[in-house]
Amino acid sequence: MITKAMKQGLTLAVVMAFLVGCSSSDKNKKPVTAAPVTAAVTAPAVDSSVQTLANVVYFEFDKYELTPESRALLLAHAEKLKGASTSVRLEGHADERGSREYNMALGEKRANAVRDFLVLQGVKAASLETVSYGEERPVATGHDESSWSQNRRVEIK
Amino acid sequence: MKRFILLAFIFITGYAQAQLTNITISHGIDNPTRIAVVPMSYVGGKLPEDISEIVRNDLSFSGQFESIPVEKMISYPQNESEIHYRDWKMINAEFLLIGSITQQAGRFYASYELFDVVQQKRALARITVDGTDTQLRDIAHRISDKVYETITGIRGIFSTKIIYVEAFQKPTKYRLMLSDVDGARSRALLESKQPVLSPVWSPDGTKVAYVSFETDRPAIYVQNLSTGHRDQVTNYHGLNGAPAWSPDGQNLAMVLSKDGNPEIYTLNLASRALTRVTNHFAIDTEPSWTTDGSGIYFTSDRGAKPQIYKVTLATGQTERVTFDGVYNARGRVSPDGKSLVMVNRRDGNYQIAAQDIKSGNLRILTETNLDESPTIAPNGAMLMYATNFGGKGILAAVSLDARTKVRLPSKQGDVREPAWSPFF
Repeated sequence: MITKAMKQGLTLAVVMAFLVGCSSSDKNKKPVTAAPVTAAVTAPAVDSSVQTLANVVYFEFDKYELTPESRALLLAHAEKLKGASTSVRLEGHADERGSREYNMALGEKRANAVRDFLVLQGVKAASLETVSYGEERPVATGHDESSWSQNRRVEIK
Repeated sequence: MKRFILLAFIFITGYAQAQLTNITISHGIDNPTRIAVVPMSYVGGKLPEDISEIVRNDLSFSGQFESIPVEKMISYPQNESEIHYRDWKMINAEFLLIGSITQQAGRFYASYELFDVVQQKRALARITVDGTDTQLRDIAHRISDKVYETITGIRGIFSTKIIYVEAFQKPTKYRLMLSDVDGARSRALLESKQPVLSPVWSPDGTKVAYVSFETDRPAIYVQNLSTGHRDQVTNYHGLNGAPAWSPDGQNLAMVLSKDGNPEIYTLNLASRALTRVTNHFAIDTEPSWTTDGSGIYFTSDRGAKPQIYKVTLATGQTERVTFDGVYNARGRVSPDGKSLVMVNRRDGNYQIAAQDIKSGNLRILTETNLDESPTIAPNGAMLMYATNFGGKGILAAVSLDARTKVRLPSKQGDVREPAWSPFF
């Protein structure tokens, strides 16, 4: 069973690699503007379009539990996503402190926390993809808390 | 099972421009051995590499030696009859290395002899090493290895290599680099716009495993260093990270979250059989094999804060290994199996620490902040790690007794995640 899954996975990887190799257009993400830390707090909880909802939730140092502010924002996202047919990518991130692979796991736990919350609110699990970038993609590159707090995040894309 | 070998669609480039330069001895031992490396004679013009200078730099890099500057030397003896010990005692040399280089049919031959100035006797009978013009650095490193071993009794690491990651901003670019241990002769093994991380050597030094996000998701790849062939070994949902080769080279430990949570697995590279090792709702990551391959050290926050644990593979029995400090992660075992090095947090600083496995005693080896990714030299005498200096990511090295520290600043980009090769 495992080997079958792996084989499929590898086949997919070959196809993906081929596609990437053939395409010269790189999937450059738009630069993520550094949202202020308070964005989640002030975000409207209901009744606004997806475009105006803040799409980043922040986390405390070395934690992957959702803050009350994050829950409020995610409730609004859940309302939008329940009716939508689009799929969403949840990208987990960590600040630079500590080891890289641990931070990769931390980003994963954060993305999973957001996913689980959204699923609990009725969003289809199949429409949510999670990926962790750990500390590899900071939005703020300083070496202090003002940068770190912006980097401990999950982006809803 | 069918193996898919991916030809690298990302460039395997030739020699790159970026090099680690200007090794800085930031803290040496109080009483390093003073050695005079006399310029080696060569009839036939200027060689593309200064072998004597490379040997001097190698020995200084170890922190255990102080190379006497050429300007202070009173004479340049080329053989034993030309040595006047008094000249060398006057400049406090303890050892004297002399030699000559000759060329014959396109090959270079370096002959060298080592003398003990204090005891006024030969320490090493004449040895000749040879190579082509592109191997002059190899010749120098081999001389350094022999001199270092003769004087310290420890095998030298100057002929080993390192792999590391270079990251650039605007535009974002990541490169997996291979170089000599002093940073020379660097070349890119992989270049990508997406993150590349966690490089590790196979125990035989022929391959590297690493994580690349080139498909927009993390996956583990194994790349053959001589052929450049790449093999994508994982493509699971979620995390595919922290590869670690078993001592026999047959298995790759890794972290996957395909079953819902970051857990440690082992993958048999021949059969592709995957075995789950840990099962806990907390984070389990950063596997590192014990030297005998019977167990795996890993980082887990199952006790609320990240600490290092050890699981015995045959029984699944798991025990906590680190207790000193609120954060201990990414353990690596020394070649003799006696020490575990790790990232330790105290007073808000992240530093490299070494724990004596038997006694549990922990010692902090570095004094900077944001230190990470320790990798131990195959002779167990030094380790390299990544740190910040002047706002940039750089590599640094420290002896396992913490007495000597060396910085290897880079010309460009952020340099991180060094991985020290085994002996070749």
